[in-house]
Amino acid sequence: MGKVKESFQKYTMIFVLILVLAFFAWGTGGKILYPQNVNNLISQNAYVFVLASGMLLCILTGGNIDLSVGSVVCFVGAMAGKFMEEMKMNPVIAVLIALIIGAAIGAWQAFWIAYVRIPPFIVTLAGMLMFRGLSNVALKGKTLPIKSAGFVRFFGGGANCYIPDFIGGPEGLNMVALLAGGIASLIFVIITVRGMQKRAKSGYDTAGNAGVLVRTIAIVAVVMAVSYKLAQYKGIPTSLVLVAIVVIVYGYLTSKTTTGRYFYAVGGNEKAAALSGINTNRVYFIAYTNMGFLAGLAGLMTIARMTSAQPTYGQNYEMDAIGSCFIGGASAYGGVGTIPGVIVGAVLMGLINQGMSIMGTDQNMQKVVKGAVLLAAVIFDVVSKRKSFIAKA
Amino acid sequence: MGKILLEMKNITKTFPGVKALDNVNLQVEEGEIHALVGENGAGKSTLMNVLSGIYPAGTYEGDIIYDGEICTFHDIKDSEAKGIIIIHQELALVPYMTIGENMFLGNERGKKYAINWDETYELAAKYIRQVGLTESARTFIKDIGVGKQQLVEIAKALAKNAKLLILDEPTSSLNEADSKALLDLLLKFKSEGLTSIIISHKLNEVAYVADKITVIRDGATIETLDKQQDDISEDRIIRGMVGRELTDRFPKREGVTIGDVNMEVKNWNVYHPLYNERKVVDNVSIKVRKGEVVGIAGLMGAGRTELAMSVFGKSYGTKISGQLFLNGEEVHLKNVRDAIHHKLAYVTEDRKGNGLILSNSIKINTSLANLEGVSSRSVIDSDKEYAVAEEYRQKLRTKCPTVEQNVGNLSGGNQQKVLLSKWMFADPDILILDEPTRGIDVGAKYEIYCIINDLAAAGKSVIMISSELPEVLGMSDRIYVMNEGRIVTELDGQEATQEKIMGSILKSSSSKADA
Repeated sequence: MGKVKESFQKYTMIFVLILVLAFFAWGTGGKILYPQNVNNLISQNAYVFVLASGMLLCILTGGNIDLSVGSVVCFVGAMAGKFMEEMKMNPVIAVLIALIIGAAIGAWQAFWIAYVRIPPFIVTLAGMLMFRGLSNVALKGKTLPIKSAGFVRFFGGGANCYIPDFIGGPEGLNMVALLAGGIASLIFVIITVRGMQKRAKSGYDTAGNAGVLVRTIAIVAVVMAVSYKLAQYKGIPTSLVLVAIVVIVYGYLTSKTTTGRYFYAVGGNEKAAALSGINTNRVYFIAYTNMGFLAGLAGLMTIARMTSAQPTYGQNYEMDAIGSCFIGGASAYGGVGTIPGVIVGAVLMGLINQGMSIMGTDQNMQKVVKGAVLLAAVIFDVVSKRKSFIAKA
Repeated sequence: MGKILLEMKNITKTFPGVKALDNVNLQVEEGEIHALVGENGAGKSTLMNVLSGIYPAGTYEGDIIYDGEICTFHDIKDSEAKGIIIIHQELALVPYMTIGENMFLGNERGKKYAINWDETYELAAKYIRQVGLTESARTFIKDIGVGKQQLVEIAKALAKNAKLLILDEPTSSLNEADSKALLDLLLKFKSEGLTSIIISHKLNEVAYVADKITVIRDGATIETLDKQQDDISEDRIIRGMVGRELTDRFPKREGVTIGDVNMEVKNWNVYHPLYNERKVVDNVSIKVRKGEVVGIAGLMGAGRTELAMSVFGKSYGTKISGQLFLNGEEVHLKNVRDAIHHKLAYVTEDRKGNGLILSNSIKINTSLANLEGVSSRSVIDSDKEYAVAEEYRQKLRTKCPTVEQNVGNLSGGNQQKVLLSKWMFADPDILILDEPTRGIDVGAKYEIYCIINDLAAAGKSVIMISSELPEVLGMSDRIYVMNEGRIVTELDGQEATQEKIMGSILKSSSSKADA
């Protein structure tokens, strides 16, 4: 009993996700599970995964958020657009410069936050205003169409942004997508099994193995189901490749490396971290510089998907990222949160968007529902870890 | 025999899975000071929370008879209305409010929509004079020391017409002089008819101030000692608390050979980080040998923590000057990481505030100061990390279900062990322990002392900063006494006595006052 309750608490959001999925499957008459919709869910929300991965690092340092993300997305997108379309720069060079601009903007804000200790809320609020304004100035308030086909395709935009099926399977089934899903699952299983073997060989506690097994099977099932759905449509969208790289890199960084551990330490107890020899200023600096870099990447993905740059792009993107982190179990006080949690949070947000669009819910009502879900999710998460509903005064 | 003001009868309080109080009885006479002693987790605070209505009537069994009637308190307001005021160990004052604002917080003078500030400050001034404060009631809390803050808490209680004052560890963050002043104040109020209950770990204070002492162990009352009739020596009280005779409160260190000088600090000066005119460490020179335990005694604010932290990679203060020698070679430690690499460790005084990450597991806390030790090319080997944490758990006998347990859920003594694990795993040659046994119970203290002895036996140098004189005397080979930023005396561990240490502190203070 205790163990069931424990895993229920640990995976609360996954159960919520399943419930929401079931609701929309019923509400849309199964349409949400159509291959095209599964594909759209990923492509339309790719930026959320990217931004939320960076936002998690900021939140880990102590519940600090970055409000400037949406504006930086827009500004970097605008600059990249100008480089490619107005200055006719080589897209590869344009992309590199754009990413450097993103990181530089991040470093600029990070400097004030980390070394001068200006509250992040204020620095990034200023950044939000400044870079929105600069985007408008750069684009002179107009829309700039993006024509560079290679760029658009690479960053997940246009009609043909899929990994081509070079194997050539039966009509309507993209073998590359299936194969990629299979290989990913296999690698995952191998890593898991080898970890178990190593643990057994070194004589460590192997009591948790049953849980690990269940989790592995569940993850493999989800990966295979998604790759099957993608195979039925047009295959793997390029944006999914980018998202997968970001998620794997940041998942590894936060869970397996010493640098990752520093984020948790600083958010958990900054003084203790400092007295353990951790350079806390540097941790803040990395978090916000990195956020700028990922905002730059999301900016490129945004203009590719829209095949244009506009001064209004990226609005409220920061809120999607922040929402995903908190729904995914990150603590508003810092020190707690994981990349897998953030993925679940982002999928949940995306699912609600998608589901309501298919059901034809009014745009304004969609916002109401999203807000309510964010609140409900966090309430559920907080209360389920506590004995009483009302907190002790 | 005076009138019984308070009687708690057969109080039983259960939390899910634990019986925190089991048929506890307590009788307090009007006008006495009644001490409540017991190991951490014995149930003292739970009992007081029952009394003050924090655990409302109905959540426990038994009766509270106060002033001749059975009381059912539903919250703290109910008990305060009867004059039962509790002052918690952690002070509940808002730093950016004035003394007056704090005193009447939740109890504002005037009307609900119009606070009468004149009356507030008038009354506040009256009560803070009673507790011997000379500050203006408009002084901000952040601007007065912790000793005076404690007095403000008492003034606040008086303003609520306290008849029964409950103080939970009132002197735990005070130095000896402030503690004495506080206890004398309680004695003065007693002579004016106020009844108090005091919870304390400091048995000498209890013996000084209390008329009766009730000993609680494992959620049950063991005995009540009367100052008039019974023996209330520390040993006698300890016997009641732990249920056994502690033959020796300090384990013997045997067969430890003291080697060469391992660390030497010469002419060390440190200034306050904010008020950089203020010198907090003044021309200090100390040295430690291998296998030696050196105590640094002194009052709170003597500059001991500041000395330790400034040596430990300049983690405190500005304009630091002086020389530091490790194994005979002069080193310049730029930051904490540098200090750790030079095999120095500083085990912080405030384990919750500065030492541990309470929201993380024992495992993560253990490896934090030496992540290189569990990782290769900055990738953490989580299995190895688990094994290390497990090794130290067994070595230090930390009581916990697994090392995946969050540190925040452990008792003070076990948290201290995790903190020690963390620094022992960093493999230092020199450990500076700052108040290593503060706020932990007698049994856990003994275990910490044993760990210190093991470290010395392994050839490490230990510098122990402590405000508890018996501990410094019982554990140290050599003792430095610090006061007002300077080393005032160096004593041999065998010759030192409490009188000598206190004497040298008081003498140095007065000679400065004369000058």
